[in-house]
Amino acid sequence: MSAAEAWRLSAASLADGVRAGSIGYQEAIESGWEGPAARWEPDVHAVVHADPEVRRRGAAGSNGGPLAGVPVLVKDNLCTMDYPTTCGSRILGGYRPPYDATVVARLREAGAVITGKGNMDEFAMGSSTEYSCYGPTRNPYDLERVPGGSSGGPAAAVAYGLCPIGLGSDTGGSVRQPAAFCGVFGLKPTYGRLSRYGLVAFGSSLDQVGIFARHAGDVALAYAALAGPDPFDATTRLGPAPGVSDWDRGVRGLTFGWPANLWKEGVDPEVVGALEQAAACLERCGARRSPLDFLPGEYAVATYYLVATAEASSNLARFDGVRYGFRHPESDDVRALYTRTRSAGFGPEVQRRILLGTYALSAGYYDAYYLTAQRARTRIRREYEAAFARCDFMLMPAAPSLPFRLGEKTDDPLEMYLSDIFTLGANLAGIPGLTVPLDLSAAGLPRAVQLLGPEDSEPLLLGAARVIEVRGEETRLGRDHLTEFAWPTKR
Amino acid sequence: MAYEAVIGLECHIQLGTRSKMFCGCPAEFGAEPNSNVCPVCLGLPGALPRANRAAIDAAIRLGLALGSEIRGESVFARKNYFYPDMPKNYQITQYERPLCEGGALPVTVDGEERSFALVRVHAEEDTGKSFHPERHGDRRVSRVDFNRAGVPLLELVTRPVFRAPVECGAFLTALRRLVRWLGISGGDMEKGQLRCDANVSLRPAGSEPLGTKTEIKNLNSIGGVMKGLAAEIERQRRVLEQGGAIEQATLLYDADREVLAVMRSKESAHDYRYFPEPDLPVLVVDEAWLAEARRRLPELPWTRAARFASEYGLPPYDAGVLTEQRDLADYYEACAREVDEKLASNWLMTEVLRVLKDRGWTLAEWSERVPPGRLVELLKKVAAKELPGPLAKQVFGWMVEEPGGTGELLDRHGVRVQATPEELRPLVRAVLAENPGPVRQYLGGKSATLGFLVGQVMKKSGGQAAPQVVQELLREELEGARRGC
Repeated sequence: MSAAEAWRLSAASLADGVRAGSIGYQEAIESGWEGPAARWEPDVHAVVHADPEVRRRGAAGSNGGPLAGVPVLVKDNLCTMDYPTTCGSRILGGYRPPYDATVVARLREAGAVITGKGNMDEFAMGSSTEYSCYGPTRNPYDLERVPGGSSGGPAAAVAYGLCPIGLGSDTGGSVRQPAAFCGVFGLKPTYGRLSRYGLVAFGSSLDQVGIFARHAGDVALAYAALAGPDPFDATTRLGPAPGVSDWDRGVRGLTFGWPANLWKEGVDPEVVGALEQAAACLERCGARRSPLDFLPGEYAVATYYLVATAEASSNLARFDGVRYGFRHPESDDVRALYTRTRSAGFGPEVQRRILLGTYALSAGYYDAYYLTAQRARTRIRREYEAAFARCDFMLMPAAPSLPFRLGEKTDDPLEMYLSDIFTLGANLAGIPGLTVPLDLSAAGLPRAVQLLGPEDSEPLLLGAARVIEVRGEETRLGRDHLTEFAWPTKR
Repeated sequence: MAYEAVIGLECHIQLGTRSKMFCGCPAEFGAEPNSNVCPVCLGLPGALPRANRAAIDAAIRLGLALGSEIRGESVFARKNYFYPDMPKNYQITQYERPLCEGGALPVTVDGEERSFALVRVHAEEDTGKSFHPERHGDRRVSRVDFNRAGVPLLELVTRPVFRAPVECGAFLTALRRLVRWLGISGGDMEKGQLRCDANVSLRPAGSEPLGTKTEIKNLNSIGGVMKGLAAEIERQRRVLEQGGAIEQATLLYDADREVLAVMRSKESAHDYRYFPEPDLPVLVVDEAWLAEARRRLPELPWTRAARFASEYGLPPYDAGVLTEQRDLADYYEACAREVDEKLASNWLMTEVLRVLKDRGWTLAEWSERVPPGRLVELLKKVAAKELPGPLAKQVFGWMVEEPGGTGELLDRHGVRVQATPEELRPLVRAVLAENPGPVRQYLGGKSATLGFLVGQVMKKSGGQAAPQVVQELLREELEGARRGC
């Protein structure tokens, strides 16, 4: 493979090539821009901030670490000193942070280069990347369809080949759902395993930085570089993160939960088919299916939209036009400055959620909404604990449907909220979830499944993902064996 | 109708920790505006707080001193409201599960020992400071300095236990002494290190239910607290006497003009939408931490005052004065171990405190010049009557200015105490010869006359005779005369 084709490589292979000297740092970074981005980016619009000069400097300053020369597209809500960080919002227009998020700093320490900032729903509030002040991102497998959200930019960019790894954030499924829609792996780690320092907060008790990649092994590679305690984030878990170096260890002797009651109705048959296919792969490799009844997702949706919006209403209070970002030009006093700046700076979905959250925390409503939601959250966490007492991990849809059309759900917020019905639970429970791409549907759209496990089960989930990645072939194929990625082709 | 005031205080104590409450920025005062700031205390997007252990430790020690219950698990909370000097537009504080609950502060009010019950003590962060308005051309602008944003504060809330402004003044004086005693805060109200808001309502004397209360803010001196409260009590009394009703409101007290102004009425009251701070884990204070804090807790001022009274036999007034500052109490004790306790107390309370007041010195500055050992040497001579009183005070004066022991100072200033019988006997005999009347009285059994005769000898010596020796010689001579009769 020529250096110009470096974009096709996995992150692991690319870093090997860079360290061996067969691929230059500069080529490793630019290959994705010259080939696939030239072809896809004008239509897909996955990237909102990019700068060849910054990339050149990044490549020059890179090192021979585990991610040597690996370009990474980082969601626009992760602070980067060398690119603006705007959360897809007008209110942060032009804002450039004076510091790197911990995960960004760790990427750089591992030799990776930030290749740009990925598009997103404003402040990560959305499931389709349509609510961005820069306009929507489109799904490279079907430009009329959404890439999922809110981390649609990094998901689409990894899918079309800009970079082998992307970073997103997952508050209710914002990594796992777009990963499913774009046919890539998407990991939401255990709460507290990846530092949130420098991740612009949406729902602090739910937010986790997540990883996109085209290969299971690359998820493990990035996880190993990023996970672990951070003194700057008091909610990170103490002690070292679980080791994921045996990501291809297989699933022999493991039991996976099969909560079929969840997809009895309201789930696309293509999604159910993917679940059956994934289950068959796992069984072929020695895992046992354990049917179980699970709490319907509607409870999680209601709980989530109270907790997340309550926290968001407070987290987003700091965007007031006083210190940074957008300030409404016509304001005579501080009240007018606040209301005009926030009314003009935030989009409608963000305003809707701030109002919802403010209401849920208000005097007289706090007990009925916020406290009840907290109790429900405890109940949901226990539900998962009970399930994991009976199985090692669970197989679940990542989303109830395949990618939907642009504009299909923007008029109906509730319908949009329901597209996260299978992903919200993991955020409420603080457990890891991993989207595993399977194949393309008859219509050429990615099909995927989601694996959920107990806290710190990332090594186990990666083992199961690898089994599905190699279609249930025995893992003696070896870790160097890479299945051909189902690249999008323009129709 | 007679009315009774019911007052509760909410005090904020700025801690003297090196760094801020939730980040590593220096908490110092007086730096260039907006120089002690970082992403955390500026509330930049993505920044997260981390709790300052030293500040929590200070809260624990104050709680222990007040006899509060220290919670093993307490919870930080967000208090949400918009203000330009508050970077996140919420303050991280504690709400439903504070670190310290209950407890009381012992206070002496008009010589009477009282104890004022508390609701809670917890740690939180300070806001920045606004400066406004200023003119920029034809525009009015405000500026904000965030150096103070995130500086650790302790909030202390009392029960509505006060009935008069003077009690509040005494409480604040005692609280200021305590926080200084514990070394957790400068406690200076003028510098904003100790701040106080007061809730006050009136009710018919003897009745139980509380009346409608108002809150007074901006009380930035102990005198201001008492004056502001007195003014508000008077205002409420007039309204009630005219048959009116008190409206719930927040008032500002202008100490310069001594007037109250309404800051906001009930209708515009904030809904702070408190909820647990998701960025900080539950604050766990385990037994080991508590035990260590307890171990490092000094003997408390009121305990020490009681001990001074019982151990050294001091009157309550002396014990109170000497325990106003911890280093003064330490200094006193260093002296009292060596010389007469009451003598040491008298000298400290009159001579030493006068010098401190006149020169504006701290006790540390004094102690640097006159360590306890130096004063003790002088006091020992006074106690042994080897130095006449006026001369001792003169030596004390030299001590403040110059180095050297008592003997050295006397030599340097050419003063020689006449202390040998050989030197003094001629003076004594002369005085006896010149005062036949008093001598007769003495010999007739009126021994108090001896004091007069001592004074005459001292006078004759120009104040340089050692009184103890003079007294012995006089006795000796007089007894000789008695036998000779």
